[in-house]
Amino acid sequence: MSKGRFGVHGGQYIPETLMNAMLELEEAYKKYKDDPEFNRELTEMLNEYAGRPSRLYYAERMTKDLGGAKIYLKREDLNHTGAHKINNVIGQMLLAKRMGKTRVIAETGAGQHGVATATVAAMMGMECEIYMGEEDTIRQALNVYRMRLLGAKVHPVKTGTATLKDAVSEAFREWTSRIDDTHYVLGSVMGPYPFPEIVRDFQAVIGKEIKAQLMEKEGRLPDVVMACVGGGSNAIGAFYDFIPDESVRLIGCEAAGRGVDTFETAATIATGKLGIFHGMKSYFCQDEFGQIAPVYSISAGLDYPGIGPEHAYLHDIGRAEYVAITDDEAVDAFEYLSRIEGIIPAIESAHAVAYAMKLAPTMDKDKIIVINISGRGDKDVAAIARYRGEDLHE
Amino acid sequence: MSNIAKAFDHGKAFIPFVTCGDPSLDVTEEIVYAMVEAGADLIELGIPFSDPTAEGPVIQGANIRALAGGVTTDKVFDLVRKLRKKVTIPMVFMTYANVVFSYGSERFISTCKEIGIDGLILPDIPYEEKDEFDGICKQYGLDLISLIAPTSHERISMIANDANGFVYCVSSLGVTGTRTKITTDIGAMVDLVKKAKDIPCAVGFGISTPEQAKQMAEKADGVIVGSAIVKLCAQYGKDCVPYVRDYVKSMKDAIRDI
Repeated sequence: MSKGRFGVHGGQYIPETLMNAMLELEEAYKKYKDDPEFNRELTEMLNEYAGRPSRLYYAERMTKDLGGAKIYLKREDLNHTGAHKINNVIGQMLLAKRMGKTRVIAETGAGQHGVATATVAAMMGMECEIYMGEEDTIRQALNVYRMRLLGAKVHPVKTGTATLKDAVSEAFREWTSRIDDTHYVLGSVMGPYPFPEIVRDFQAVIGKEIKAQLMEKEGRLPDVVMACVGGGSNAIGAFYDFIPDESVRLIGCEAAGRGVDTFETAATIATGKLGIFHGMKSYFCQDEFGQIAPVYSISAGLDYPGIGPEHAYLHDIGRAEYVAITDDEAVDAFEYLSRIEGIIPAIESAHAVAYAMKLAPTMDKDKIIVINISGRGDKDVAAIARYRGEDLHE
Repeated sequence: MSNIAKAFDHGKAFIPFVTCGDPSLDVTEEIVYAMVEAGADLIELGIPFSDPTAEGPVIQGANIRALAGGVTTDKVFDLVRKLRKKVTIPMVFMTYANVVFSYGSERFISTCKEIGIDGLILPDIPYEEKDEFDGICKQYGLDLISLIAPTSHERISMIANDANGFVYCVSSLGVTGTRTKITTDIGAMVDLVKKAKDIPCAVGFGISTPEQAKQMAEKADGVIVGSAIVKLCAQYGKDCVPYVRDYVKSMKDAIRDI
């Protein structure tokens, strides 16, 4: 079995053209991940530039309203650029700089990873090009302009379903044509080894902070940590430090779109099967001949037919649970959190909020749920208005 | 020695690629007969995949059209069964790992053997992942074709050592598609292969004109052309067969006596 496996999942299923780039990245990561100077710089940027640590907020009104477990919100939405994505971007960009790269490319779905990459590229003076499904450039027009404002070039990808999976494919294609000076800042815990490991390690700061912050506030571990899952980077970041703590339930919330019994869904664990795509073996939504399914979710960030290999493994061994949340439930949760706590979550994060709304009332009042609010919802306001039948001009 | 070696018995080999089912499986059948007639030495049959990450826009388009037309793996197998009644030259499948894996790798590869496919080209399977498929290929007497790229450098001898059938030399960085110029030192790549193993080397990616084919054939044992043929299929649709025949003939003629 090749490198970078999580059970049967993971691996390096990529064209030969990219193999040396993968080996170079692996070598650089091994060299720097425990390097004191690298880590000092990383921590400084996370704190001074991205605004870490993010707050762990006790959602008192939500807790009272739901009448069950105590609810804490991990406020990744308060990071600079408005989502958890910047944690990974800062890490990879520091790595890219040390590898002598002067140009970065990235895929983006909702636009949050693209914005984070464009932001850090601007700050570090690197050239930046972003690949984004054309459908998503329409759904997330505001983020397209933000990226351009930050000096990045945005390429709308017209192939396939013109969403996140096509953006990933196009970024890989672009990378094979220009490797020497270019690093591909992959935005989730997916793709070929070493990406799932690197992205997880850079996002693991979320779970480490949750643990320390909750210990300070409550003197104990949470009972549940939950997060939304597309590729799964915010979820693995929140889960990772808790994996050895078996009393902590880890729950990933997938996008069911219009329902897991319809074709308009992106719930990979619920509807996918084992396959090989985008550099990894994992679960994918696909037909009987292995053609990747044109998935759907209201959330551009979760609208992806696969899931990171480590999540696939956590599912296999039963360490994490994966549930599917429909568009309707996510939109209700989006509005609910806005009204009850004055926090507008990203529509992605609203999938986790939606499941908490179901789960919390079934739990005792002395139990604790932590929801990772992976991003802020400003980018989604116009789309939610449209969903509710209101035509809002941005 | 596998059947594939025969492809390199008639001067420099010309290896045309076609996406099965673009514009239709019936036309693909006619295209293959025409290519054989025009002097092709080995046929690369593409099984369409929804998200072909190593392909440029031309072959991507062919994949999408073929799938939209209802092509499935089983229908491609049926096409090969028909082709094998007349075609004796080696034929290989070019597709993506998930097409093989989702079918059941052993079921897929044993079917290949049964219908007369000689090898498999899987562009998303590098050396590091090949055991998963190569073991089964060996069991059924198929060659899993190894690829080397302009970025492979010191990896070439390791890859070549383990290669079977022929080595697919990727001429340029990037994805498939025609290019006006190929800047890679193909001669040096081929030399590194031959130092490691006496195995035929065929160059692909970016080649479209007889002049380019000639240049490449001077340094290698064969030339692979995909996008230029797929373009003809896209341009002429069901009437593409004579155009493909003439094109293949011009390419084979350019390299036959090098």
